[in-house]
Amino acid sequence: MAVIRDNMPAFELFQPTSTAEALGVLDRYGADAWVLAGGLDTWDWLKDRMRRPAAVVDLGAIGSLSEIRAANGGVEIGAMATLSAVVVDATVRESFGLLTESAALVASPQIRNQGTLGGNLGQDTRCWYYRDGWNCYRAGGNICYADTPTAMNREHCVLGASRCVAVNPSDTAPALVALDAELVVENQRGSRTVAAADFFVGPEVDIERMTVLAPGDLLTMIRVPATWAGASFYFEKSRDRQVWDFALASVARAATVSGGVVDDIRVVVNGVAPTPVRLTAVEAAVRGQSVSEELAERAGQVAIEGVKPLAHNGYKVPLLRNLVKRSIRSIEA
Amino acid sequence: MELFEFGTNPWGQEVLVRISLDVLYLFFWGAIAFVAFHVVYAAVWVPKLARAHAAADSGDGGADALVPEKITRHTGAARAFHWIMAASMLALLVTGFFPLVGIQFPWLTIHWVSGVLLTISVVYHMIHATFWLDFWSIWIGPSDIKEAIQRVKRQLGQNIDVPKHAKYPLDHKLYHTAVMVAGLAVIATGIVMLYRIDTPLVAKNAYLLADETWGLMYVVHGMTGALFVLLTITHIYFAMRPDKFWMTKAMVFGDIDREKYLDHHDPSRWIVSRESDEG
Repeated sequence: MAVIRDNMPAFELFQPTSTAEALGVLDRYGADAWVLAGGLDTWDWLKDRMRRPAAVVDLGAIGSLSEIRAANGGVEIGAMATLSAVVVDATVRESFGLLTESAALVASPQIRNQGTLGGNLGQDTRCWYYRDGWNCYRAGGNICYADTPTAMNREHCVLGASRCVAVNPSDTAPALVALDAELVVENQRGSRTVAAADFFVGPEVDIERMTVLAPGDLLTMIRVPATWAGASFYFEKSRDRQVWDFALASVARAATVSGGVVDDIRVVVNGVAPTPVRLTAVEAAVRGQSVSEELAERAGQVAIEGVKPLAHNGYKVPLLRNLVKRSIRSIEA
Repeated sequence: MELFEFGTNPWGQEVLVRISLDVLYLFFWGAIAFVAFHVVYAAVWVPKLARAHAAADSGDGGADALVPEKITRHTGAARAFHWIMAASMLALLVTGFFPLVGIQFPWLTIHWVSGVLLTISVVYHMIHATFWLDFWSIWIGPSDIKEAIQRVKRQLGQNIDVPKHAKYPLDHKLYHTAVMVAGLAVIATGIVMLYRIDTPLVAKNAYLLADETWGLMYVVHGMTGALFVLLTITHIYFAMRPDKFWMTKAMVFGDIDREKYLDHHDPSRWIVSRESDEG
């Protein structure tokens, strides 16, 4: 349990100027290293003394990680590009408005100026039992305090829980999954590309991690392929306050339509499960169909099949249903 | 090396959480060390002993005329139990420990379903062994202790006659006892731990036990699970040894032939009929 608050622990600070240099430090310190991007997740952890890394690797001086450039009809975004930079980038805005919309809804303008796309994807869950230092499953214990009869679990899972019921808080993650984005992860041994959908790790696989990033790994780039460039997009984020809040639930939808019929579609929701969830059953129900109110209604119903609300988050079921319904209804014929 | 992991509960008390990963490695490397030792022992010491006692161990007194050509060592039901238990145990070990050593996959559902299968098979075995098999043949008795002392003396170089085995040698009985104790402990704690996860079998209830008691459940479950790593590795090793393979075959096909029976067993301690309907 946290006793000391708002008090920075001692660590060794590294400010590399190249990715290679950063990877060298990360490799040297392994699990004792902490990657600092925008710092919006980091400072909470460090100042609350929940995390005590031996080394902090500040990526702020690596210019190449902040670049955004068009590539083969898609776009390549450095992991250190700020959310504000993503929002105003012309290529992203023109071809992948879904990402623009999702990035524009992250927190507040000040936070978007500081926060990075990589940080938004890699941030830890906001479950307060976990972040307050309770010794839960995710923190290495053997219980989920949020999944007890008297727990405060209004913001937690209705889908995909496996012992831990914390949700993924990222706004840009569902958009990037819907856009079939690929994430480039580097370490000292080389580089690998991970589909955005596979980047996030649920508690059924590893209860102590949110992403595939292991000690020594660094997310360096997000590649959005041309696949969905210029498609019909919809993003909606439902939250308690209309500024500066995490999603209670969000939906990202990309669709291509011809002759009033949906050719192909991606529907991804977040804030309702430990990872962004691609609703393949909804996609199958909508693909090849003409857009109508009935179709939207049916898609909403399909979206909530199998949901398991906790004691205090039953409202997420109609919320999820309606977000998905609205995302289908909004497809322009 | 640490044996246990501790955490802090919401009241600031230090409570047991689980066994340390060190324990798993301890049992794993303990098993590997035992296998390595036994390979050397079997290659160097056993042939020397066999040569020294060749005369004393030859002959069986002409009992073979009364012995059928094939003797049933394991009934079909006993073999089915063994292999179901083996499959579920391997599944439990893989799903229980592989994620801890870095091989990650969705393990939990496979784990508890395998645990339920193991539980059912063990309950079946207890009923079957009690009412349909020779119940006492696998339990350690006074004659086993006496025989064990004689065998140890022979290992140490004394020229002592040792009796042949009954149906099961002492090492099998010891193994069975270890598996029984560890198995019942891992099953009992596993059943309690079902209350911590979503299954259709019991309603989840994290408040079923106090923090300390939950920790104890996890520790016993982990400790016995890690012990099964050792027991399984050594069991597979013996099952694959050429000199023991006739017993492995018997666990597949059910029978041993008259020659193996007379070579390894004392007909007065494991009595078989001409029909050989022994279980």
